[in-house]
Amino acid sequence: MIGAETTKSGPFAHSTNTVRQTMFTVILALSPATLFNLYLFGWPSILLFGVTIGACVVTEAICLALAGRPVTHTLSDGSAVLTGWLLAMTLPPWAPWWIGVLGAVFAIPLAKQAFGGLGQNLFNPAMVARVALLVSFPVVMTAWIAPHPLFSASAPGLADSIAITFGGQVPDGVTAATALGYVKTELSRGIPVFQSLVEYGRGSNLTYTPDLMDLATGYKPGSLGETSAILILIGGLFLMRRRIITWHIPVTVLGTLFLMGTLFNLLDPGRFAPGLFHVISGATFLGAFFIATDYVTSPVSEKGQLIFGIGVGLLTWVIRTFAGYPEGMAFAVLLMNSLTPIIDQYTRPRLFGRTRKGEPLPLKGKA
Amino acid sequence: MKLFPIRGGIHPEYRKELSGERAIEALPLPSRLYIPLQQHIGAPAEILVSEGDLVKKGQVIARRQGQISAHHHASTSGRVVEVTEIPAPHPSGLPQPTIVIEPDGRDEWVTLPEPIADPFAAAPEVIEERVAESGIVGMGGATFPSAVKLNLGIRHRIDTLLINGAECEPYLTCDDRLMREHAEAIIDGARIMAHTLGAPRIVVGIEENKPQALAAITVAASDFPNIDVAALPVKYPMGSERHLTLAITGLETPARKLTADLGVVVHNVATARAVHQAVRLGRPLIARVVTVSGGAMREPKNIEAPIGARVSDLIDFCGGFSQRPERIIQGGPMMGTPLPNLDVPVVKGTSGILALTAAEINERPADPCIRCGACVNICACGLTPVELAAHIRHDDLEGAAKLGLADCVSCGSCSWVCPSHIPLVHYFNYAKGALNARDREQRKTERTKTLVEANAARQERIAAQRAAARKPKAAPAANEVPS
Ligand code: SF4
Ligand code: SF4
Repeated sequence: MIGAETTKSGPFAHSTNTVRQTMFTVILALSPATLFNLYLFGWPSILLFGVTIGACVVTEAICLALAGRPVTHTLSDGSAVLTGWLLAMTLPPWAPWWIGVLGAVFAIPLAKQAFGGLGQNLFNPAMVARVALLVSFPVVMTAWIAPHPLFSASAPGLADSIAITFGGQVPDGVTAATALGYVKTELSRGIPVFQSLVEYGRGSNLTYTPDLMDLATGYKPGSLGETSAILILIGGLFLMRRRIITWHIPVTVLGTLFLMGTLFNLLDPGRFAPGLFHVISGATFLGAFFIATDYVTSPVSEKGQLIFGIGVGLLTWVIRTFAGYPEGMAFAVLLMNSLTPIIDQYTRPRLFGRTRKGEPLPLKGKA
Repeated sequence: MKLFPIRGGIHPEYRKELSGERAIEALPLPSRLYIPLQQHIGAPAEILVSEGDLVKKGQVIARRQGQISAHHHASTSGRVVEVTEIPAPHPSGLPQPTIVIEPDGRDEWVTLPEPIADPFAAAPEVIEERVAESGIVGMGGATFPSAVKLNLGIRHRIDTLLINGAECEPYLTCDDRLMREHAEAIIDGARIMAHTLGAPRIVVGIEENKPQALAAITVAASDFPNIDVAALPVKYPMGSERHLTLAITGLETPARKLTADLGVVVHNVATARAVHQAVRLGRPLIARVVTVSGGAMREPKNIEAPIGARVSDLIDFCGGFSQRPERIIQGGPMMGTPLPNLDVPVVKGTSGILALTAAEINERPADPCIRCGACVNICACGLTPVELAAHIRHDDLEGAAKLGLADCVSCGSCSWVCPSHIPLVHYFNYAKGALNARDREQRKTERTKTLVEANAARQERIAAQRAAARKPKAAPAANEVPS
């Protein structure tokens, strides 16, 4: 085996990249959207956010200690914080505290550490947790509320918020449907999509309704990460600029979703929501820029990432359109995660001087 | 000039400004010179002198032996004080036979061979012979005997000679300085080499971060319509022979073939100058330009040092260290090797001596791989370092070999880029070594097996012959037909 006695090889230079810096850059990129949404949903969302991240860090620490691995060093890589952060962004903002804790337990010990810790997990931990919660507690996990911005008249104070988060006392009349959920429910009642979209915009039978502009800016019901597409987009572009992610996954996810939506919407606007609607609603942007791009669970080569992104986009559209759940991003990502090893295997780059099959290139006649 | 893209590559911190503006300075004659017999790829040279011999500058003191080998010459006049074993400038630090010369200070030349008056009228063999007699090896670091590479024109039709002035390794500026200060010698050497190879066309490839070198070479080449100068994009490892060939000619060298199979031969700029000196002046290769640099070096310089000067002589000439270096490297930081100590000599392949600080090296304990894919996307050879490393970590060397381990040029880009600081190249070098050893072992067992089998076959044959010998006697008896 390779050991210390092997002579040290170069290089004797290194880029400034570190795991820690990568994780914290992602967190930085998430911050604008997060702050805006914590403002939008007020104290209960802040409490839940803190509980979820705290629970992820604590469970990670426990797992590391049990496995006899260096706790502080590994914790400082920021991956547990990021997992908690992403998970919190997919929860209904006024969900009770135990949702966050249970989510952390699904995410860290089960989805990550059981596989061997950072880098070893097949599935995105935050998405495993979200899906597990959604399947186990469908009612709590779909109790979206209308925005109650901090310091606004309708916003609950800190005491009320503690009662909401830790006592489960959600006042009546604050819940609202997300656009995806609304359209889906209406469709099941026989209301065509184009009509329900207009209605969603006009606000019939809802306590709060956003208009279509609000859909993009984020002043609308949803999870923390679902609401402000624009701020998430800004964060995503920042990550690309910093070369943490490349365009391959986000562009293919968004592009595929848009194309499928547009195509089918043209065929039957009563049955299928338009492409643009798919792209700006739900967790599309969060998924495309921050979740599907998770290093560990997506393919390593750019070509593999293109296939992966197309897969996520396609499956998201299929699930949103045909399955029982209004939002399909989490399922789509998990399904594609399971294909990542195979995608990796078939998308290795061609070796220099060799054919795809690995044979030396034929010697062409002199050029 | 139209260039072709190469896959991947990185943009390390070049830090060439540390020494780039320092003109080449000659090293004052050191008190002792240590000239190893093996400064090149191939068989070590055979020693021609013994203790006490007086030698002149440029005198052959070790003669090439075998097809691939190189002469070595005395770098100055003086007395051979010792023939001994000293650590080679190689990370293994294995001792190797070395001729120690005490200079007499007169720096007196031996009678040099006559300059070749008109090299372009000379037969290729004449030039080749001169290059071989002059002890020239590839000075970019590969140290392959140059005469052998000039020979390629015999079995291949060579249409392009590429002169490699990419100098893509960070810190190094020795080729940059040579091109700025000796452009004409380089171009002349290149023309002589092209003539020897029968190559009608010459392209000098220089990375764009060396504008003065580009300008100087362009001027020197302007009289010769068959010479092109290519301004290459700055990207490591542009200077790798196969990648340079691809970037300039668009031809991708098949695995296990030579660029010569495509009609391309690559020589380094310093080699071109050495050829010029050997042919035009009769001078053998007894000195080379070395970049002495790094964050811990007090006064980085480009030094023309006699072969055999100790690394410590060069460092002293640069005013010593300004702070404690973390490591002293020979060559560039990407592919260079750590020096076992400062007493090792400058040899023909020494392009740089770098005293690097811990901050420059930026080494950290490895974190787990986060599958970021950076190593896959930057590998200029199309390998998947992340997968290779996984196989090697599980001691599955065959698995790594199947994924193309042998095609890795150890350029170091993957280790450089890895956010988890995984020493990927370290894994690969280990695995290549282990696989080679295993191969040798296997060949040995196979040879033994063949020998055993051959022996068995021989025994059988003998037995059969004996039986046959007996048979004829018996047979006639049995089949005896009464006549
Ligand atoms: S660069 Fe390092 S962390 Fe990234 S995939 Fe390669 S080995 Fe893993
Ligand atoms: S060292 Fe080998 S594997 Fe790594 S980038 Fe260079 S060629 Fe590729």
